[in-house]
Amino acid sequence: MQLSHEALLTAYRSMVTIRRFEERVQEEFSKGGIPGFVHLYAGQEASAVGVCSHLGPRDYIASTHRGHGHSIAKGCDVTGMMLELFAKQGGLCGGKGGSMHIADLDQGMLGANGIVGGGPPLVIGAALTAKTLRTGNVAVSFTGDGGSNQGTTFEAMNMAVVLQLPAIFVFENNGYGEYTAASYAVGCHDIAGRAAGFGMPAVKANGDDFFDVHEAAREAIERARGGGGPSAIEVNTCRFYGHHSGDAQLYRGKDEVKRLRDERDCLKHFRRRVTEAGLLDAHQLDEVDTGVANLIEQAVVAARAGEPPQSGALLTDVYVSY
Amino acid sequence: MPVKTMRQALQEALAHEMRRDPTVVIIGEDVSGGAGTEGGRDAAGGVLGVTKGLIKEFGESRVIDTPITESAIMGAAAGAAVTGLRPVAELMFSDFLGVCFDQIFNQAAKFRYMFGGKARTPLVIRTMVGAGRSAAAQHSQSPYHIFTSVPGLKVVVPSNAYDAKGLLIQAIRDDDPVVFCEHKLMYDLRTEVPDEAYTIPFGEANVVREGDDVTVVALARMVHYALDAAEKLGAEGIECEIIDPRTTSPLDEDTILDSVERTGRLVVVDEATPRCSMATDIAALVADRAFSALKAPVRRVTAPHTPVPFAPSLEKLYIPDPDRIAAVVREVHGFVQ
Repeated sequence: MQLSHEALLTAYRSMVTIRRFEERVQEEFSKGGIPGFVHLYAGQEASAVGVCSHLGPRDYIASTHRGHGHSIAKGCDVTGMMLELFAKQGGLCGGKGGSMHIADLDQGMLGANGIVGGGPPLVIGAALTAKTLRTGNVAVSFTGDGGSNQGTTFEAMNMAVVLQLPAIFVFENNGYGEYTAASYAVGCHDIAGRAAGFGMPAVKANGDDFFDVHEAAREAIERARGGGGPSAIEVNTCRFYGHHSGDAQLYRGKDEVKRLRDERDCLKHFRRRVTEAGLLDAHQLDEVDTGVANLIEQAVVAARAGEPPQSGALLTDVYVSY
Repeated sequence: MPVKTMRQALQEALAHEMRRDPTVVIIGEDVSGGAGTEGGRDAAGGVLGVTKGLIKEFGESRVIDTPITESAIMGAAAGAAVTGLRPVAELMFSDFLGVCFDQIFNQAAKFRYMFGGKARTPLVIRTMVGAGRSAAAQHSQSPYHIFTSVPGLKVVVPSNAYDAKGLLIQAIRDDDPVVFCEHKLMYDLRTEVPDEAYTIPFGEANVVREGDDVTVVALARMVHYALDAAEKLGAEGIECEIIDPRTTSPLDEDTILDSVERTGRLVVVDEATPRCSMATDIAALVADRAFSALKAPVRRVTAPHTPVPFAPSLEKLYIPDPDRIAAVVREVHGFVQ
């Protein structure tokens, strides 16, 4: 499918925003400004953006512990996200969720998730809402190769097929579940094949190539919107950082990260592809880069200056009414 | 007023709310039953028939038969609840929380808080509790205290058909996740139940019997055993005040404390196991907030700290009975420092 000039720029902006956001989070985390844990998405941008480019705010996604990229791709406010990571007032969750629970229901973002395999059952619920109320919306579950081994994921896939729900299961295989290779932990070495075994169309996409993910997602999402039921996509991708920020990454091969950054950088691939094809020129892309750098800088300035939640927030929002 | 079983009362509550609100759906294993069979749908209506017949009025899209897949049911219901439906999900036996607790405990219960107050999760989980049918260790427990211990969940433990209907309607209209615990031996108990819809607010205990000597707090089926005990004790000149909290989260602390202030004595009767339970929770509440009123130690009448046995003879020993309750009340009443 030929993407418009505007759509290409939007996709690029979204991917660059994720990359710069994560690089900056790594920097700020190292300086001690961000409490807790962060799991960075850099390297996987083409997956989130390739899929979410087809979604509107009433379509839902559920994410993983590695959720910043999905949040940005789905339209969450970057400053609100940074405030949340810094545990400040005005954060998307008021500083009560943090990196692992970033959510924005108004943007159709059902939350990052601290539980591996926590999201897929929620996604089939969002898909059930869409089907029951005939909204024409879809719901997308982002899961990693690690989450692909969880029983909750299997249950969600089976029920999505049984009830013919408009759900898409995106498995981002970045090669590692925590510190263990996917080639060790995924018994059949074929996540898409396993999804197909549940009775849904399932394909593999190259996560280094935005266009490949975008096309696979288009087919799956159109099928779901048209009442054709669930699909799965295994996106083969890579992460440039560790499982979490500060991970010593003793499990990595020599020069592995350098090689990934040199050979498998989806941003570099995108840039080369669109400039060589004459779809966008380098100047336009550089302008996006500059705009994004400013956006991230502003977000960090706001997050550093922000106030922590008031002590009264400890006790609010447990119930709607009690 | 017509007399109905708790099963009928629950079904009426579901039907009322499904008629009133098109976003109310029922989802679970065999909630109609018979999907894909020669005999066809509505073969069961849940294992004890509470939802039987509803599919005829509301159809397959609102009475949703699922595979045996508790995590997917609970997760789908939670996900549907935050996106615009009002699901009543059935966790057939509360014992099965073991295979799906993450979706209840880490997901549904925490959405509102961890998302900074932006989520509403109008989810009801209907589930069976209780021993007494030799259903053994994995189909007989009463784990409402486990749900009660989770911030973000509300927990309902009705003791009669009238309350069950009003509390279930309240649960469906509530915007928080509610675990609704139905004692499996009480489905055929009858009380007067109005035909129309009505609600009973959460956190308002029912004073089932008034008395000045000993406060007895009892839950679900134990309310009836406490009443049996109180009748015997009344003949001996000991007047029990029996309080049925009806909901364990929120808990009507004031009604319990006010009663103990008057009687100075508390016995808690709970079919659940004794450790970290509603019985210990209520005992702690009174020790903390009404200590000076106490004339005797707080006593708990509970199941032993064991799994539920299969053998009817052992199960009979497991479940608190009116004689045990009466014996403990007598001890408390006769206590001398």
